Amino acid sequence: MLREIRPAIVLLLALTAITGLAYPLAMTGIAGALFPAQAQGSLIEEDGKVVGSALIGQEFKDDKYFHGRPSATLAPDPNDSTKTVPAPYNAANSGGSNLGPTSKALADRLKEDVDKLKAENPSAPVPVDLVTTSASGLDPNISPEAAQFQVPRVAKARNMSEDQVKQLVTSHTEGRLLGLLGEPRVNVLALNLSLDRAAAK
Amino acid sequence: MTMVGWLQIILFCVIIVALTKPLGWYMTRVFSGERTFLSPVLRPIEAGLYWISGVDERREQHWLTYTVAMLLFHVGGFLIIYGVMRLQAILPFNPAGQGAVAEDLSFNTAISFITNTNWQNYGGESTLSYLVQMLGLTHQNFLSAATGIALAVALIRGFSRASMRTVGNFWVDVTRTTLYVLLPICVVYTLFLVWQGIPQTLGNYVEATTLEGAKQTIAVGPVASQVAIKMLGTNGGGFFNANAAHPFENPTALSNFVQMLSIFLIGAAMTNVFGRMVGNQRQGWAILAVMGVLFVAGVAVTYWAEANGTATLHALGLTGGNMEGKEVRFGIVASSLFAVITTAASCGAVNAMHDSFTALGGMIPLINMQLGEIIIGGVGAGLYGMLLFVVIAIFVAGLMVGRTPEYVGKKIEAREVKMAMLAILVLPLMYLGWTAVGVVYPAAVASMANAGPHGFTEVLYAFTSATGNNGSAFAGLTGNTFFYNLTLASAMFVGRFFMIIPAMAIAGSLAGKKTHPPSAGTFPTTGGLFVGLVVGVILIIGGLTFFPALALGPIVEQLAMNAGNVF
Repeated sequence: MLREIRPAIVLLLALTAITGLAYPLAMTGIAGALFPAQAQGSLIEEDGKVVGSALIGQEFKDDKYFHGRPSATLAPDPNDSTKTVPAPYNAANSGGSNLGPTSKALADRLKEDVDKLKAENPSAPVPVDLVTTSASGLDPNISPEAAQFQVPRVAKARNMSEDQVKQLVTSHTEGRLLGLLGEPRVNVLALNLSLDRAAAK
Repeated sequence: MTMVGWLQIILFCVIIVALTKPLGWYMTRVFSGERTFLSPVLRPIEAGLYWISGVDERREQHWLTYTVAMLLFHVGGFLIIYGVMRLQAILPFNPAGQGAVAEDLSFNTAISFITNTNWQNYGGESTLSYLVQMLGLTHQNFLSAATGIALAVALIRGFSRASMRTVGNFWVDVTRTTLYVLLPICVVYTLFLVWQGIPQTLGNYVEATTLEGAKQTIAVGPVASQVAIKMLGTNGGGFFNANAAHPFENPTALSNFVQMLSIFLIGAAMTNVFGRMVGNQRQGWAILAVMGVLFVAGVAVTYWAEANGTATLHALGLTGGNMEGKEVRFGIVASSLFAVITTAASCGAVNAMHDSFTALGGMIPLINMQLGEIIIGGVGAGLYGMLLFVVIAIFVAGLMVGRTPEYVGKKIEAREVKMAMLAILVLPLMYLGWTAVGVVYPAAVASMANAGPHGFTEVLYAFTSATGNNGSAFAGLTGNTFFYNLTLASAMFVGRFFMIIPAMAIAGSLAGKKTHPPSAGTFPTTGGLFVGLVVGVILIIGGLTFFPALALGPIVEQLAMNAGNVF
């Protein structure tokens, strides 16, 4: 048994160096050379400033922007570091609401949000993804239905015709991969950026 | 449920079955020490590793020595993780300036990673430095996976050898698995994941100014290299708190599909390795069939339940299924499929929050883990877990016809059956016992996030996941407390090693036996009757053990939901 001690130390350290240092560092170098944009986090720059990541959702409250899904992410309470406070789309602390199917807190929140959206647009059924929180709290997408649902509000706030806005939504709608994998979706940040660009023209 | 949804599920199953045979062929060559197409590059490294560590690759070990070597290896792994976590504040690669991790959380995490559980009581991006993610977690993602595979190979040798005292050399098995199987796949896989959008950088978190002018700190890091092995090695510990639901860990429908495939890839191929090493690939296919029946049944229930939604959603006129805690790019079907895969395979990565699943949709992941993580299971661990159930099933069949039971030429006798039962019974002792404590001890009760039966399910899920070395969670439960850090660590430890040691005892005992050629009276173990018998034994043993606990949790919650109750 004693002769197993040397490999337990030396082999462990050697394999740790290979898998825990050499491998991730080599991959960082190769990936950075082959796919520099993705390796850095698919960042979007406008006028030299980073406005976000193409893959990470951000909070939109203004009527002139399309809104993303509700986010349940938290941040430490600035007044008491042992507690947390809601901080939607906190990309340094991902997470979901973890409320279960029979949760009263979830039922109340859903009712409040559904009522608000019905008042905003009574003409269409409320899309489920627009009132449910995502798993990461950073979902960059909404369903095409959820985007179409918001068209009247955005068009009014921007003094654009609904058709113009609808066209933008359609051009930002991505389908399933090969018609099979994933779900149809709209990237909220990309859509809002092209709205701003259209307005700037 | 939709046709497109079912097509995704069918495509997944077809690809897994198609990959089982070629990978099984390759891995069998690796474990037998034969040349592979990677030998010209890797053989010098392998030989160098044996040379510096004083390993004689031709010297084989008795099962007890093999087990002791494995345990020593893990003591070292534990110390490395615990050490780098406690010292991270003064070590390099810490651009976010994370402070030292607390003792109990470091202890829990170290046990979690050496047992291939990867339970996350820590929030990756808010707690750990890049060095801990790489040197602490990524390294053990490889080595705990390689260990599981090595142990399964040792048990297979027990079945395939005759009248021998040894079951292989642990150091050689771990080294070869790491170098020839895990690393090469991960190198290609990491690049694929970066191409899909997963970051791989040592740079600091990014400060962005959003379109509305708010500040957003975006956590990045060497993510892709860890995600690759966390999936392939069925580890499941996320770089980020939200795990594979985080857009940086799983950005696209394609990355999601490939991640699901990579969770099952090695576990499925191990059944083929088993078939090849015992000299009849149909033995492997029969075991894969047992796993497949249980898997597809689970997928159907969870997909149906999630597509159906909840009473709360229906009351508000919301259609489209239960999207609380799910991502739009995955939707109902890819989230349901992922949940069943990750719990069947002891991976524990999640792309949706299981805590927010419907009662029945969340019950299937729970059952998958309670059955002992044998539906594909953890890499290696799933196969040795399943072989324990096969031993019991063969024993039951032997009792029915009054003959000494035999499996792949080996007589299954009292010692093997006792050891298999010991391994199978120790699991419920852990998860049911600790759950009983968790629902009455005040400090533990305070950790529940949901009231009513769902709170009970959170606790049951936590201990089940820890014991099964899965690592997924009903994540509302606050696990980072003194009570849960210690109790979950004990469940992970017992769930891993008290299954391994009896399995290795069986390996040693079988290796020493003679092989009997099949005769007219031998129960055939490649046909539908055998598959049905094993499925039946698994469901009966499992059902008798945990049905009462399920009745108090998801089943009563479903009934309460139908009656319109909320808590």
